[in-house]
Amino acid sequence: MSSRRSRISEEEITELISKLQSLLPETRRRGASRASAAKVLKETCNYIKSLHREVDDLSGRLSELMATMDVDSAQAEIVRSLFRS
Amino acid sequence: MDSKSSACSSPNPNPTLGPSKLMLAFRFLRALSLVRRTTPASSRTCRGRRIERAAYASMAYTAGASRAWSRAVLRRLHHRARRRAVAPRRLSTTAGNRAEALRRLVPGGGGMDYCTLLEETADYIKCLSMQVELMQGIVDSASSYGP
Repeated sequence: MSSRRSRISEEEITELISKLQSLLPETRRRGASRASAAKVLKETCNYIKSLHREVDDLSGRLSELMATMDVDSAQAEIVRSLFRS
Repeated sequence: MDSKSSACSSPNPNPTLGPSKLMLAFRFLRALSLVRRTTPASSRTCRGRRIERAAYASMAYTAGASRAWSRAVLRRLHHRARRRAVAPRRLSTTAGNRAEALRRLVPGGGGMDYCTLLEETADYIKCLSMQVELMQGIVDSASSYGP
């Protein structure tokens, strides 16, 4: 990292990058040691893309299920499980 | 390396996951009911797209107006015309192309300084994964009831 940047900014950025790394599934699985900012940003981009794809995919599945599923029961079940957790 | 970015404002204290998860669930399930009632059964693809929009809307409303990404999502949703234009950047990035790609993925990312982008990204990821978890839970729950 450039030493020309103020120390406070640099520390905060390092901390934010570290926080991002802790959110990545790779880190949760393997407990990675600190990775470079570039790697974290790349993994973050991949993770966001995969989450977008999941939303897309799950939307399609919900649409298909909607014809047959009992929405009220599913709703009640979800809410119950959230209150329990 | 750009040293112009000012020191970051202290990040908002994160809302606890518990109440937000519940709020998200209520909003999204209500939106699902609405989609079900108002979309003809024949147009499954259209319904899928509406469900997807409901997902992002629920996320954004639950996150509230304090987040730049949620405001950007709601602005995007309320404009019927699907414009792909990204707002011009005010500051140059400090990590080159990687930050560029991130700016395109995080709603509202184009106009943020690097620090804010990182904060917003963290919050966006948390909310996105919560939404995915919720949707998966509904799919699992609905599948187990069966026809």
